[in-house]
Amino acid sequence: MIFSHIPVLQVIVPLVAAPLCVIFPFRKFCWTVALAATLTSLWIALTLLITVYAHGPITYELGGWAAPWGIGYRIDILSAYMTVLVSLISSVILVFSPRSIGAEISNARAHLFYTLYLLNLTGLLGIAVTGDAFNLFVFLEISSLSSYALIAMGQDRRALTAAFQYLIMGTIGATFYIIAVGLMYAMTGTLNIADLAQRLPEVMETRTILVALAFLIVGIGLKIALFPFHGWLPNAYTYAPSVVSAFLAATATKVAVYILLRILFSVFGPDAVAAMPIAQPLMILALFAMTIGSAVAIFQDDAKRLLAYSSIAQIGYIILGISFLSVTGLTGGILHLFNHALMKSALFLSLGAVFYRIGSVQISDMAGLGRRMPWTMAAFVVGGMSLVGTPLTVGFISKWYLIRAALESGWWPIAVLVLASSLLAMIYIWRVVEIAYFRGHPEAGADIKEAPLSMLVPIWFLTGANIYFGINTGDTITAARAAATMLLGGPQ
Amino acid sequence: MEFWTEIGLPAFALPGLLNYWVAIILMMIGFYTVMAHENLIKKVIGLNIFQAAVFVLYISMAKVDGGTAPILGDDIEVYSNPLPHVLILTAIVVGIATTALGLALIVRIRDAYGTIEEEEIRAAEQEAGT
Amino acid sequence: MNSHSVVRVVTKLLMPFIFIYALYVQFHGDFGPGGGFQAGVIFASGFVLYTLVFGLENARRVAPAWLTRTALGLGVLIFAGTGIASMIYGGLYLDYSALAHDPHHGQHLGILIVELGVGITVAAAMISLFLVFAGQDKDD
Repeated sequence: MIFSHIPVLQVIVPLVAAPLCVIFPFRKFCWTVALAATLTSLWIALTLLITVYAHGPITYELGGWAAPWGIGYRIDILSAYMTVLVSLISSVILVFSPRSIGAEISNARAHLFYTLYLLNLTGLLGIAVTGDAFNLFVFLEISSLSSYALIAMGQDRRALTAAFQYLIMGTIGATFYIIAVGLMYAMTGTLNIADLAQRLPEVMETRTILVALAFLIVGIGLKIALFPFHGWLPNAYTYAPSVVSAFLAATATKVAVYILLRILFSVFGPDAVAAMPIAQPLMILALFAMTIGSAVAIFQDDAKRLLAYSSIAQIGYIILGISFLSVTGLTGGILHLFNHALMKSALFLSLGAVFYRIGSVQISDMAGLGRRMPWTMAAFVVGGMSLVGTPLTVGFISKWYLIRAALESGWWPIAVLVLASSLLAMIYIWRVVEIAYFRGHPEAGADIKEAPLSMLVPIWFLTGANIYFGINTGDTITAARAAATMLLGGPQ
Repeated sequence: MEFWTEIGLPAFALPGLLNYWVAIILMMIGFYTVMAHENLIKKVIGLNIFQAAVFVLYISMAKVDGGTAPILGDDIEVYSNPLPHVLILTAIVVGIATTALGLALIVRIRDAYGTIEEEEIRAAEQEAGT
Repeated sequence: MNSHSVVRVVTKLLMPFIFIYALYVQFHGDFGPGGGFQAGVIFASGFVLYTLVFGLENARRVAPAWLTRTALGLGVLIFAGTGIASMIYGGLYLDYSALAHDPHHGQHLGILIVELGVGITVAAAMISLFLVFAGQDKDD
C-alpha cells in the first residue's frame, strides 16, 4: 500500500520532519530527525528510479483530483535521476554536518539550520517530482527562501549582503517564471506540463508564447547562474557556512538546470526548440561562462570563492551539452549534472574540514596542509583532478561526451575551448595544491591535526564516488542516455 | 454606470487592455526601483511593486465577460475563472515571505554595518579590506 | 500608550470581536469566502493591535517565543498529517473523501482540518514576524 504513495512521500517526508525540528529545538534530536528523513528520501528516490526504469513513468494525483484539474506528480527517468542526486548528496552532507555546524553556527540557531535544510530539500525534491508548472514555482520558492536564510547564517557579515543580493536576483528570476507561466496559461488554459505540451503547438507562433519563452529562459537563467546572470553566486557560496556552500553548489543550481530541461524539452518539445533561436545564444553564453569562470577563478585568494567561480564555469559545460540538442550532447550535459554535484560537494566538504581545523580557507593560510591533513587534502586533490577531467575520474567521462558531441556536430573549435577551459582548471587547482604541499611551515602549524573521522568518511565517500563512477561508468551513462533520449523523443 | 452614460461615454468605456497596460507599467516601475535605488528597503519595495504587477496580470486574465465573483450562488450562470485567484493567493503568500525575509536581512545588515545604503556598505567593506 | 485610557478601553472592546470574526472566517470557509489564510491574518491583526497598545512585554507574556514557534510547526504538521491520514484510510494524499464513510462528510472534515492547520500556521507566522521585527530579537 505504501508503495503506491512513494511519489508523494518523496516530498512529504522532509516536509513533516522540518516542523518537528522547530517544535523540539534540540540539536542532537534535530540532526537525527533530519538524517532519518534524508535517508528515507534517498531510499524512496532509489525505489522510484528502479520502478521508473522497469515500468516507465509514474503519476500520482494529489487529493484524488485528476491531472489537468488537480496537481499531478509525474516521475519519469529524469525526475527520478534528480531525486536520487539531490537526496544522495543531502544525506552525505548531513552526515558531515554536526561538527562543522557546531563550529560555524551558534547553538541557539542549530535547530533552525536543520529546519531550513529540510525545507530546502522539500523544495528541491518537489521541483523534481511535480508535473504542474505552477506547483513547480511554489517548490522553487520554498527552496529559494530557505537557501537565502541558510546563506545568511554565515559568520562573516558579508553573508548578509550576499543573501540579500541573492534574494533580489532569485525573486526576480522566480517572478519572471510565473509571468511566463501566466502567459502560457492565458494561451492554453492549463498548467499541467503534459497538457501544456499537447496544447502549445497550436499557439506556438504567437507573440505571447515567444515572450513567455524569453521570460522563462532569463528567469531560469538567473536561478542557474548562467553567465551574465551569475552575479549573486560567488558571494553566496563564499560567505555561506561550509555545509551550505556544499549543499547549494551540488544541488540548487542543478535542480534549476532540471527546470530548464523540463521547460525546453517536455513543455516546448525538441522540435520547437530547434526551430526557435534558443540553442545558439545558450551555447555562446555557455562558452563565455566556461572560459571567463575558469579564468577568473585563477585569480582568487579565497579557496571557496575559487570553487564558486569554477562552478560558474562548470554550469557552462552543462548548458553547452544541452545546447547541442543532440543525444550525445544532452547525455554529456546530464552526466555532468551528476558528476559536477559529486566533485563540487567533495571539494566544498574538504574545505569545510579545513575551515574546521584552521578557521580559514584563504589559500595562503593553507601552506603545509598537505602534511598536516593528508586525507582531507588528498580528497581535495582527487576532486580537483575530477574538475580538470583527468581520466579515471567522473570529470573525464562527461567532458569526453561533450567533446564527442562537439565533434559530431562538426564544431571542433568548441572542443578546443572545452580543452582550454580544462587547462585553466588545472592552473587554479594547482595553485591550491602547490601551496598545500610544497610550501610548508612545519613549526607554525604543528598543532593542526587531521580532520575527525565523522568528516573524513563523508568526504571520502564522495571522493570514492568520483573515482568509482569514473571507472565503472555503465550505470550513470545508461541513465543519462535514457533521460536524454526521452527528452529528445518529444513531449510525452 | 449611469454616471458614464450621463457624461457621454458608453458603459465600461475603459479600453479592454487597460489592465495589461497597468501591469506593464507597474512592472517597469518596480523593476526600475529594484535596479536603480541604493537603499535596501527601497529595493524591497520595488520588488513588491514588481510582484504586484504579476498579481494584476493574473487577475485580469481570470475575468470572464459578464462573469461575477466565483462564489456559488443561485441564478448566477457565468463566473470568472477562480483558478488564477487561487494561484495569486499562493503567490501573495510567497511574496509576503520574501518581503519578511528581506526586511529581516536588512535589520541584521543594519546591525552589522550601521547603514542600509548600498554605497556605504561597499565603502565599509573596502575599508575593512585594506 | 498607558495614559490613553480611551484607546485602551476601545482596544479591549474590539479584541474579542476581531478574534470571533477570525474564527467565523476560519470555519465558514467551506460555505462562503474565507479560509485559513485570511482567518490567520485577521487573528494576528487582533494580536498586533494588542501589542501596539499594551506594549511588547505584555505581548510576549501572552505569546512567548516557544508558543509561536510550536504553533508554527504544529499547523504544518496538522496539514501534512491530514494528508497522511487520508493515505492511511486508503485514499490518495489529501484525498479527503477517504476520511469518513460518506465522501461528502469526508470532504467537509478534511477541508476543515486542513484550513485549521493553515490558519494556525499563518497566525503564528504573522505574530512571530511582528514580534521579532518590533522587538528585534536576535533569534529570528
